[in-house]
Amino acid sequence: MHEHHTTEHLLEVRDLSVEFHTLAGTVKAVQDVSWYLDRGETLAILGESGSGKSVSASAIMNLIDMPPGKITSGTILFNGRDMLKMTAEERRAINGAKIAMIFQDPLAHLNPVYPVGWQIAEMMTAHGKPGADAAARALELLKRVGIPEPEAAMKKYPFQFSGGQRQRLMIAMAIACKPDILIADEPTTALDVTVQAQVLALLEELQRETGMGLLLITHDLGVVAEIADRVVVMNSGHIVETGNAAEVYRNPQHPYTKKLIDAAPGKGDIPAERERQGEPLLKAVGLKKTYGAFHALKGVNFSIMPGETVAVVGESGSGKSTLARAIVRLDDPQEGQVFYRGNDLLAMSPREIFGLRRDLQMVFQDPTQSLNPRMSVFRLISEAWVIHPDILPKAKWKERVADLLVKVGLKPDMAERYPHQFSGGQRQRIAIARALAMEPKLIVCDEAVSALDVSIQTQVIALLDGLRREFGLSYLFIAHDLPVVRDFADRVIVMKAGEIVEEGTVRQIFDAPRHPYTQALLAASLDPDPEVQAARRSARIRNEGLVPA
Amino acid sequence: MKSFIGKRAIASGVSLVVLVVIVFFLSRLTGDPTNLYLPIDATQEMRDQFRQMHGFNDPLIVQFGRYVMDLVQGKFGNSLRQARPAMDVVLEAFTWTLWLAVITMVLVTIAAIVIGSLAAFRVGGVFDRIATFFSLIGAAAPDFWVAIVAIVIFAVNLHVLPTSGTGSVWHWVLPVGVLFIRPFGLILQVVRGSMISVLSSAYVKTARAKGVQSRSIIFVHGLRNAMLPVITVIGDQAAAILNGAVVVETVFGFPGIGKLMIDSILLRDFAVVLAVIMVSALAIFIMNLLIDLAYALLDPRIRY
Amino acid sequence: MTDTQILAAPKKSNGPFARWFAMLWADKFAFFAALFLLIVLLCALFGPLLMDAIATKQNLRGRNAPPFDITRGWLYVLGADALGRPLLARVVVAAQNTMLVAAAAVLASSVVGTALGLVAGYSRASAAQWIMRLGDVIMSFPSLLLAVIVLYMLEPSVANIVLVLAITRIPIYLRTARAEVLEVRERMFVQAAKVMGASHWRIVFCHILPVIFPTLVTIATLDFAFVMLAESSLSFLGIGIQAPEITWGLMVAQGRPYLANAWWLSFWPGLAIILTTLSLNLLSNWLRIALDPTQRWRLEMGGRKNA
Repeated sequence: MHEHHTTEHLLEVRDLSVEFHTLAGTVKAVQDVSWYLDRGETLAILGESGSGKSVSASAIMNLIDMPPGKITSGTILFNGRDMLKMTAEERRAINGAKIAMIFQDPLAHLNPVYPVGWQIAEMMTAHGKPGADAAARALELLKRVGIPEPEAAMKKYPFQFSGGQRQRLMIAMAIACKPDILIADEPTTALDVTVQAQVLALLEELQRETGMGLLLITHDLGVVAEIADRVVVMNSGHIVETGNAAEVYRNPQHPYTKKLIDAAPGKGDIPAERERQGEPLLKAVGLKKTYGAFHALKGVNFSIMPGETVAVVGESGSGKSTLARAIVRLDDPQEGQVFYRGNDLLAMSPREIFGLRRDLQMVFQDPTQSLNPRMSVFRLISEAWVIHPDILPKAKWKERVADLLVKVGLKPDMAERYPHQFSGGQRQRIAIARALAMEPKLIVCDEAVSALDVSIQTQVIALLDGLRREFGLSYLFIAHDLPVVRDFADRVIVMKAGEIVEEGTVRQIFDAPRHPYTQALLAASLDPDPEVQAARRSARIRNEGLVPA
Repeated sequence: MKSFIGKRAIASGVSLVVLVVIVFFLSRLTGDPTNLYLPIDATQEMRDQFRQMHGFNDPLIVQFGRYVMDLVQGKFGNSLRQARPAMDVVLEAFTWTLWLAVITMVLVTIAAIVIGSLAAFRVGGVFDRIATFFSLIGAAAPDFWVAIVAIVIFAVNLHVLPTSGTGSVWHWVLPVGVLFIRPFGLILQVVRGSMISVLSSAYVKTARAKGVQSRSIIFVHGLRNAMLPVITVIGDQAAAILNGAVVVETVFGFPGIGKLMIDSILLRDFAVVLAVIMVSALAIFIMNLLIDLAYALLDPRIRY
Repeated sequence: MTDTQILAAPKKSNGPFARWFAMLWADKFAFFAALFLLIVLLCALFGPLLMDAIATKQNLRGRNAPPFDITRGWLYVLGADALGRPLLARVVVAAQNTMLVAAAAVLASSVVGTALGLVAGYSRASAAQWIMRLGDVIMSFPSLLLAVIVLYMLEPSVANIVLVLAITRIPIYLRTARAEVLEVRERMFVQAAKVMGASHWRIVFCHILPVIFPTLVTIATLDFAFVMLAESSLSFLGIGIQAPEITWGLMVAQGRPYLANAWWLSFWPGLAIILTTLSLNLLSNWLRIALDPTQRWRLEMGGRKNA
């Protein structure tokens, strides 16, 4: 019997390999993955999409559908027993009670038709706790994770909470049975940075209280720096590096880890400031927009110079996307003017706007959705010239499409493919090529890199930067995260609740933020360096009591 | 919700008015029922008297005005054929059809949900394949054909079931059985499809991670969510039986509203035809309301 | 398996026909369904031309001749009806009317319904509201009852039957098209087209319609089966197509008096209806996958389709 080993960990994965059978062939999701987790510690599994970082967690929770999945080798030892040899009923008894899990996108992961109190209590009743006790404990848990008005919240449904609150609900559910291990799969990815900081702090507190082991799956070096003791770096199904989090950051061994650390935004030199002179290319004055009782824009003024990149940063509900849509006239504001080279866009007739469309283009957040799935790349890009025939005669379309594809780093022979045949980063390049086909002067980028992996993010930003120099483009760059814009923008506008709270050059904003909200945003954005985060954390703990909750 | 019901009521009201007008004039235009009700050797005086009595001599518009005035007072006119209030005749028949619809739909719903859910739990398994095969055939079977094939088998050859009438429990077996097949096939497919997508959803994954038992995952977490698209189809099928069981009722001589309709049109029993239309339209309206109510009950997102 | 990218290698171009055929072959049920429908279509097109004389020729010695007896010739393999006319020939000839009525009704209702649905979904004008109310009104008609009344009152001609069936089916397309348009027009690629300056016309016909088209085709295929069943019911009740014209539904009705001793009179045309409906349902399932570029690989890989 190998049931007991001399060095016993709380949870240990040994040589785990999992494959999935698809019609396209067998995909090896992870190969020979080994790691362990002890009581009271936090292990992060770091990787980009497709790296297989979530697969071992799914195997632990028995969430892999077999078929199409298959565990081809390995053991998962929990308290020394191999989980893969347990019966389904034994596995069920461990799920939730001993090892609990929370996920990205809590709205999708909570059942939409049952009250949250019931769902939290179910975690306990599923493991034999009487209903009344479970309900009482659920209420206690809601209080513990900081849900306002917990009694009323018990009877509410998931859609009635905010994103951050929903993740708190998931956490309350996960810790209900006081598990030995909590697995958190990208727990803060969809959240605003300030909310992310709160949720991570809650997880840390709970870990201190209960001494549980925390397994955190993430793509974000900042999250690793903030919370992890040890880190496992994964790339295409393999572990490429493992070790102490600070150690790995300071001294990465594997080229992939180095690449990942280099790609982390917000570390480079701040670009030299350029003088603002002459007439602005675009100038917005007093923009106001309301949706019913909600004020999305409360009088916004700003300007963009030719060749300048202006970043607009804010959290969800700040009005930054409404602003982007107003500039390209997708959603007209109720009040205000937008002057493009001195002419008010908002007062123009549809015919005049049509002429101006060529100059003002937009790149959207999710290229999967912004490219018509039923059009080939050639048709997607050449549509610009169908709509504006004066740009280019039809005979030259083929040649120009090939040019543009090369320009954005793709191959000319990709023109006949369809969007779903490309990866996320490639799709965003196609979307950029489409915008360039119009030969614009200003491109509005609405969260154009937020849906991409970090390393791809860096590439796309480098591409945009290169195009700016080549064509003298201006950008209005909408983002929710400050570090992303640091190496790229000339000026930064910080928005909150429909207003600009601070505006300035990148240096002003990053080195000497004046407004408390800008300061909070900067403080909440996680630095990829574990030592920097550790210093900030101890500073936070020193100041506790001074900062309102 | 209230304004929604209001819109529905208006749409149904408008459609009812349109229908009543169309049917009133169409039916009058296509012929005078006098010759159908009097013997062939009836004298001209008798015919004139019959027409006078029922107002068939007046201009159409006057007849219509009279009809509307009566309606406002809650009078639906008399059946020519049965010489008693048309509404009584219709409600009697409607009760039979209502029972037919309720019994059939309850059986269909239970069977389709249980079998469909279990088929979805193991997609591609033996049970799933058998269920899918029969549901596809069921959904394709024309009821009139199934009805006469059933008669040949069970009544003519085996002599085990009565072919028409309503005397005993056995009289219900064939009509319910025949009406069962198509809705069962259709609803089973919807349940299965809906359940497959629900069982692969994120919240079912959460339930599995919580250690919830399989039975509870299917019938507590899965079913309630999977029911939303199913309810619409159940409603459509129930409505179809309520006003469209014409064929089955005719074949089995079942005294329901479909058969009444056909007989009344053949015999130019105008008052009954119009009353049937009003009752059916009302039944569909109530049916739709129940569907919306069921939606709101199942999905809290609609309630708020 | 979440984000693993499978980049399909560029296909060897065999022309669209070979490609579609390969996708059809990948799903054997759909393949045989399509094959059967093709046969039905050929019968509908050429059946009356070739067999009309045989199908109407009475032969009193062959009255109610039983099926599977080829001593009278292969035409009698399905037996003969009460006037000794060969059932095989009659089923083939009847395919024309049956298909014609269903095709005309589906075509009319889908074109009108889709056009109204596009307007109702895309336009913000009050006309859109009126169209929806109109759809609600039609929906709250008891449709089969309405058909029964209208056909009793009017002449039960082919045109009237098509008209009645088409009107009652319009709301299906209207609602589907509108619901889809409402969703699709908020999608990012429509917004992107607007930013490029695309006209409403272009957005509706180049961006929205191609995306919702597969759904509509799938629905139309299913609806074809529904309309065919409805027409058959009406003909069975004697208010659809009138003799001497024939449809499958009418043939079932004509065989009814002979049920006790000659079941085949009603059985074969009924079987034709079932098989056609079944084929349409199977083909509609296949279409849903084949017309969706993100799902199509399932068929291109030549594997079994997933539900």
